[in-house]
Amino acid sequence: MAHGQTAPGIVSGRLSSDEIAQNFSDLHPAYEPHEAAVAADRCYFCYDAPCQVACPTDIDIPMFIRQIQAGNPEGAAQTILNQNILGGMCARVCPTETLCEEACVRETAEGKPVEIGRLQRYATDTVMAAGIHPFERAAPTGKSVAVVGAGPAGLACAHRLAMLGHDVVIHEARGKSGGLNEFGIAAYKTTDNFAEAEVDWLLKIGGITIETGSALGQGITLDGLRESHDAVFLSIGLTGVNALRAAGEDKAGVRDAVEFIAELRQAGDLSALPVGRNVVVIGGGMTAVDAAVQSKLLGAENVTIAYRRDRDAMGASRFEQDLATSKGVKIMFNVQPVAVHGNGAAAEIELEYTSGSGGDLTGTGETVRLPADQVFKAIGQTLEGAPEGLALDGRKIAVTGPGRTSVAGIWAGGDCAAGGDDLTVTAVAEGRDAAMDIHASLSA
Amino acid sequence: MADLTTDFLGISSPNPFWLASAPPTDKEYNVRRAFEAGWGGVVWKTLGAEGPPVVNVNGPRYGAIYGADRRLLGLNNIELITDRPLETNLEEMARVKADYPDRALIASIMVPCEEAAWKTILPRVAETGADGIELNFGCPHGMSERGMGSAVGQVPEYIEMVTRWCKQYYDRPVIVKLTPNITDIRKPAVAAKNGGADAVSLINTINSITSVNLDTMSPEPSIDGKGSHGGYCGPAVKPIAMSMVSEIARNPETHGLPISGIGGITTWRDAAEFISLGCGNVQVCTAAMTYGFRIVEEMKTGLSQWMDEKGYRTINDFAGRAVPNVTDWQYLNLNYIAKAKIDQGQCIKCGRCYAACEDTSHQAISISDDRTFEVIDEECVACNLCVDVCPVEGCISMVEMQPGEVDPRTGAVVEAEYANWTTHPNNPMAKAAE
Repeated sequence: MAHGQTAPGIVSGRLSSDEIAQNFSDLHPAYEPHEAAVAADRCYFCYDAPCQVACPTDIDIPMFIRQIQAGNPEGAAQTILNQNILGGMCARVCPTETLCEEACVRETAEGKPVEIGRLQRYATDTVMAAGIHPFERAAPTGKSVAVVGAGPAGLACAHRLAMLGHDVVIHEARGKSGGLNEFGIAAYKTTDNFAEAEVDWLLKIGGITIETGSALGQGITLDGLRESHDAVFLSIGLTGVNALRAAGEDKAGVRDAVEFIAELRQAGDLSALPVGRNVVVIGGGMTAVDAAVQSKLLGAENVTIAYRRDRDAMGASRFEQDLATSKGVKIMFNVQPVAVHGNGAAAEIELEYTSGSGGDLTGTGETVRLPADQVFKAIGQTLEGAPEGLALDGRKIAVTGPGRTSVAGIWAGGDCAAGGDDLTVTAVAEGRDAAMDIHASLSA
Repeated sequence: MADLTTDFLGISSPNPFWLASAPPTDKEYNVRRAFEAGWGGVVWKTLGAEGPPVVNVNGPRYGAIYGADRRLLGLNNIELITDRPLETNLEEMARVKADYPDRALIASIMVPCEEAAWKTILPRVAETGADGIELNFGCPHGMSERGMGSAVGQVPEYIEMVTRWCKQYYDRPVIVKLTPNITDIRKPAVAAKNGGADAVSLINTINSITSVNLDTMSPEPSIDGKGSHGGYCGPAVKPIAMSMVSEIARNPETHGLPISGIGGITTWRDAAEFISLGCGNVQVCTAAMTYGFRIVEEMKTGLSQWMDEKGYRTINDFAGRAVPNVTDWQYLNLNYIAKAKIDQGQCIKCGRCYAACEDTSHQAISISDDRTFEVIDEECVACNLCVDVCPVEGCISMVEMQPGEVDPRTGAVVEAEYANWTTHPNNPMAKAAE
C-alpha cells in the first residue's frame, strides 16, 4: 500500500495514514481557556482600534477580547457574529497577518500581535459547541429573496435576510453548501468538517431553503428568479480558471489547483488521494500555497511553487510563504512556465526567468527544467456564466454601494462582484451589506 | 559590594529580609529550610496561651485576586494563630535558634488582654533564646472575635497597656505589630511607643472578601457555603502599607521609632522603598507563599546591586531617605508646573491616553487622521493619567516648565518661587505672606 515519497508518477499512499492524519491536523489548534485568558489579557483595548478598522467586517475586536478576558466568551461570540455570521470560519482562514493582526499595536510595539484570530475562534467555538445560535428571526415580512450560490457571501446575505424576516431560497450548483469554505480552503485550516458544521449552525436561524444542484442555466434563470422573488442576490463565485498558455498544458498530470483542493477537501480517506512525486504549482496566491502545502503533506517528495514575479508581489502573505517553506515547499520567484514536457503525461516543466515588474514583465530567455509529474495551475479564477444584461467592471459584475448591480432588484457580492479582496471575510461583509440594502429596499 | 547586614533593635541578621509571622513560619521544618534558603530572620507563627491550641477550619483558608496570567496580586486568609501546642513550638524555636545563632528569631505572641496571661508566657518564650517578641495586635479575623489580634490593635489604650506588661516581664526587644484596620495609624503607633515598645511592625492584614462565588452566593474562601472576612495581603496592599509606614515615620511623636515594614513586599525594589520610608528591615510573607523560599535570593542580589549602583554601603545609608519628602498636600509646590509630552518615536498608537484624557480628564490630547496623539498644552493640567495608562514605559513623560515660561493653559508666567496652598489667595484660611 505505502508507495513512499519517491515512487514515480501520481500515486496515493505516499505516507502512512497516521502520518497524513498528523500532517493535516489543525494549523492553529484551539485555545484552552487559560491560554485564551492570557492571550486576551494582552489586548490594550485601543481607542478606535486599528484592528477593527482593518477588519473587512468591522468586528468590535477590543470589545470581544475584553468579553473573553472577563469570562464571557458567549458575549464575545455575539459581538463577533453580529458583524460576521461566519466568524468561526474567518477565525480560521482569515489572513489575519495582513488584516487585524498586522494592524495590532502590539505588532508595532513588539512584533507580536494579540492573537485575534485564535481568540475569535475561542469565542465562536464556545457557542457553536454549545449549540447556541444567538439570533432570532423577526416577524415574517412575506417577502422572498433568491440567493444564487451558497458560498460565504450568499450564506451571510441569506442569514441576515432571514433574520430580518424574509424568506430565502439559496440555489447552489454543487451538491453541498459552503462554497470555497467547503471546497477551496486548505484542510488543515478547517478540520473536523467545520465548514459543513458552520452551515448547519447558520441555518438554525430558519427561513432559509437550500436547493443544491441548481444554478443559473441549470434549472433556473435570472429572469425566472426575478419573477418568483422580490429580490435576487448573486454570489456565484469565480468558476472559470485561467489558462497557463504554455505548450503541453494539455498533458496528463496538469490540472487546476482549485479542483485538486476541492477533491482533497471532499476525500474521505486522504491516504487514498494520489499526488505526484515531483509537484510544481504555478501561481503566487493562497490557492497556490494551499495546493503546494497539501501536496507536500500528502507525501510528495519535491514541491515547488513557481511564481512569475518577486516575493513582494506575491499574493500569498509572508506568513503563508513561510508556512509553505516550513513544510518543505520550495518557492521560486521570477519564473514563468514555458512548456510542459513529457510523453503523454507531464514529466518536466520548463520555466523561464523573468525580469521587470508590474505590466513590464518579460522573459530573460534563460530557462530551467524541473522534474514535474504533476503540475497545478493556480493562476487565478475568472467569472464564468455571468447572466446577460448585467454590466461588468473588468471581468467581474459591476456593483455600486452595497452590491447593487446595474439591474434594479439584483444585487451581487463575493468574488464574482468587482471590488474588494477575494477573501472569505470580504465576501461575508458584502453579503451582509447587500442584505441590509435589500431589506431597506423591500421595506421601503 | 553592599553590606546587607542589619542591626534592628540590637538584633543582627545577615540581611533585612525576615519572614513574617504567618503559615510559612509555623514550624521548625519550614524555618530551617527558610534559613537554608538565606532568609535573614523569621518571626515565628503566633503563639497562643498554654492549653488546648486553637483549631482551624478544615476547608479553604485562602482566597485570591489575580492580574494577567493568574499572577497573584492579593491573597487573604482566615487561618488563626498556631494550632500546635505551645510546648512544641517553644522546643522547636529553641533548637532552631541554637543552630542558627546568626539569624534573627522573633516570637510572635497573642494571648488574652490580661496581665497574668502575658506574665505567664513571656518567661517561657525568653527561655527559647528568641531574639525578641512581636505582639500580634493585628490579625483581623477569628481571634479578634475573642478580644485578641486587631481587637486590641484598634484600641490604643490596650496597646499601651499590654506593651507595658511585656516590657515589664520580658527583657529583650518588644515589637508591636499594628493592624491597618483603623482610621489613623499614628494613634496605635504612639500608644505602642508610650508603652515602651522598641519598634512597631506593620501592616498586618486588611479586612477583606476577595470574591463572591456567583453560583453559590458565598464569599470566598467558602466553608460549607459561608465565608468570613479574611486578612488581605500581597502586592495589592503595598501602597496602603507604605503610606501607613510613612505616617509613623514622619509623625514627630513617633519619628525615629524603629519600624519593621510589612505589606506586599515581593521584590528587592519593594523592600528598598519600604526602607527608604523609614523601615529598619522588612518582613515578607505572600511572596514566599506564592513562589517559595527561594525568592529571597532575588531580593538580596537585587538590593545589593542597586545599593552598589547608588553607592550605598549599608542599609542605614538609605534608610529613611524618602521620609523628609513625604509631606502634607498643603505644602506641595503649586508653582511647580509640568506638561505631558508624548515621544512619538515610542508611541504605538493604541490611543489609551486619548481615551482616558478625552473621556475622564481634561480633553488635553488630540488625535489626527493618522493616529498621531499629541498633548494640547493649553488644556493639560499634568494629571499623569496618560502616563499611567500608557502601555509603553517612558513613552509619555511629565516635563517640568521652567521659570519665566508662560503656561499656555493659564497664561501665567511660571514662577521660580515655591508657593503652597497655605498662602494661596483662594484659600480662605491663607496666612498672609510675610
